[in-house]
Amino acid sequence: MKYVDEFRDGELAKNIAANIAREADPKRHYRLMEFCGGHTHAISRYGLADLLPAHVRMIHGPGCPVCVLPIGRVDQAIRLAREQGVILCTYADTVRVPASDNLSLMRAKASGADVRMIYSTQDALKVARDNPGREVVFLAIGFETTTPPTAVAIQQAAAEGLKNFSILCDHVLTPAAMHAILAVEGGVALDGFVGPAHVSTVIGSKPYEPFADDYGKPVVIAGFEPLDVMQAILMLVRQVNDGRAAVENEFTRAVTREGNLKAQQLVADVFELRDVFEWRGLGSVPHSALKLRPQYAAFDAELKFKVDYVAVPDNKACECAAILRGQKRPQECKIFGTVCTPENPVGSCMVSSEGACAAHYSYGRFRESAT
Amino acid sequence: MSTIKPNYARPLDIKNGRVDMSHGSGGRAMAQLIGELFASAFDNEYLAQGNDGALLPPANGRLVMATDSHVVSPLFFAGGDIGCLSVHGTINDVAVMGAKPLYLSASFILEEGYPLADLKRIVESMAKAARDAGVPIVTGDTKVVEQGKGDGVFITTTGVGVVRDGVNLSGDLAQPGDKILLSGTIGDHGMAILSQREGLTFSAPIVSDTAALHGLVAAMLDSGVKLRVLRDPTRGGLATTLNEIAKQSAVGMMLQESAIAVNQPVEAACEFLGLDPLYVANEGKLIAICAPQDAARLLEAMRAHPLASAAAIIGEVREDAHGFVQMTTKLGGRRVVDWLAGEQLPRIC
Repeated sequence: MKYVDEFRDGELAKNIAANIAREADPKRHYRLMEFCGGHTHAISRYGLADLLPAHVRMIHGPGCPVCVLPIGRVDQAIRLAREQGVILCTYADTVRVPASDNLSLMRAKASGADVRMIYSTQDALKVARDNPGREVVFLAIGFETTTPPTAVAIQQAAAEGLKNFSILCDHVLTPAAMHAILAVEGGVALDGFVGPAHVSTVIGSKPYEPFADDYGKPVVIAGFEPLDVMQAILMLVRQVNDGRAAVENEFTRAVTREGNLKAQQLVADVFELRDVFEWRGLGSVPHSALKLRPQYAAFDAELKFKVDYVAVPDNKACECAAILRGQKRPQECKIFGTVCTPENPVGSCMVSSEGACAAHYSYGRFRESAT
Repeated sequence: MSTIKPNYARPLDIKNGRVDMSHGSGGRAMAQLIGELFASAFDNEYLAQGNDGALLPPANGRLVMATDSHVVSPLFFAGGDIGCLSVHGTINDVAVMGAKPLYLSASFILEEGYPLADLKRIVESMAKAARDAGVPIVTGDTKVVEQGKGDGVFITTTGVGVVRDGVNLSGDLAQPGDKILLSGTIGDHGMAILSQREGLTFSAPIVSDTAALHGLVAAMLDSGVKLRVLRDPTRGGLATTLNEIAKQSAVGMMLQESAIAVNQPVEAACEFLGLDPLYVANEGKLIAICAPQDAARLLEAMRAHPLASAAAIIGEVREDAHGFVQMTTKLGGRRVVDWLAGEQLPRIC
């Protein structure tokens, strides 16, 4: 497939791997976090860990939208669907996120709630137009990539006077999460970041500059194809070796320093910062999420239905919090692969194939069985 | 004198008529539907007996029986429809047991209001598939459910076949060292359905691979190679089927990603929807496992058949206490090819 196969070429991958092996200093460790679930998925699906020397280790970050969604947020959606009788539309993986009372949106659906999986915000608008007698709520989740389409939907709904459409806004911000990871007392054991691909097409590379300048962590923005990831790792190894910390862009075919200004303006027109938002794994992070601006309050399901957010603690045995921060590996969690599996996820990292635990379970668990 | 002929019954209004509750009531309307639509299309001596069951001649060998329900949506798709699919699906389940399929039964659940013209197309497609396969539909049943209680048409087919002496196929017979062969590209059926459902169009249309595989199986058995396992990777795709075999045989497997062929439009559609073709359904493909020394001969026999011209050796069976199905990726890395978890849900960003 053109424009895809070129970035999955095995021979080129071997070349880059040889360069990494040659240039990585055997006397030190390279702990690199790929922030984004898309990268986690690519690393796992293509088995890239096998192409890296043992002292270059990838740590899976929190950039998986369903993984950072706290239980209380899913509970809100379930309550709306069950108690208020709304049609609850959401992106697919979200339906499997475990919530309170052993529920998930999928289980709520099985017990009669009207939950619909959609591919785009346009589908949600269509559901609202087709069901004028019912309230339709779109559970809007995701990082900066999925925010502009939600903004478009809100503007369309406003222009059309679509009164039965609203959103439960759980859009979150990448740079804020990276701050939360780095702003730990005593610092974190990370030597650099593979920066997001699609998110960066929207926000550009500029927002990552503080991580290099203030925290001294190299960032290399990379595409989601395996060769992109390999090349970014090589660039990070070189920065670490040189003692540099800069924001570099491997994904030049899609990302500029300024990003997509039109999309940024659209988001700014529709959304404003929340003072604080609770993340699964990272806890309450100030200015890390978005809500609708007052002029769009009519489309805010939290106001429309008075469905308050109630924080719910994670399962005590679940290590998602430490795993999302890169402090623990999935296999270090006591319930990994036993109580918590992709069929019956306890923690959200086991839900999406972009989650660190599910990726390791589904693609990489032969590694520890071999040792 | 009346111009109406004695014994005249107004024929079914196939063009504009719809299924109604009387078509499942056991009365004259049902008899007419069966007579004019089903019996005339499926026409064979066993069905013509007109009894509650078909009386069949003695079979020569061990019997195999398999059943499969079909609830595909949409009912008509590129490359086929629920009719031919329901024939192929059950023939293939019988065939991969190493059996020669002999007879089919067909049971219909029709939704009130379903257009008779569409039902006729489905029935004719079934009849043609059965005729082409040389496997008659010898008995059947029809029920009608109220509107909203079905999805147009559901079809359950059951097949009976006979296994020749010396053929013993089972999912628990794979042994370390054995080779794994695949008859062609993967993911065609599932993506044909999904791309139609989602309204995706590509420069080349994705066509379902639905086909009856008993001819291919016969050719493979005739090659003289001792087959150990045959399976058709339908729901859950290649990955799920291989995991089933690995579990049954208590072995592991190592696949080569570069040997597994995917048609380009299928690959593009999977890419687009965030799906992995390893988990997408096939309806005209099979997996074969045989001893390593037999693999080349088996591959040759498969490639000589039109339904397996792109057959390939995709990996081998290994000892593995964990029963992992693993794959060497095109990039040279390794990954587990796990069971499908839940539905194959597309990733969201």
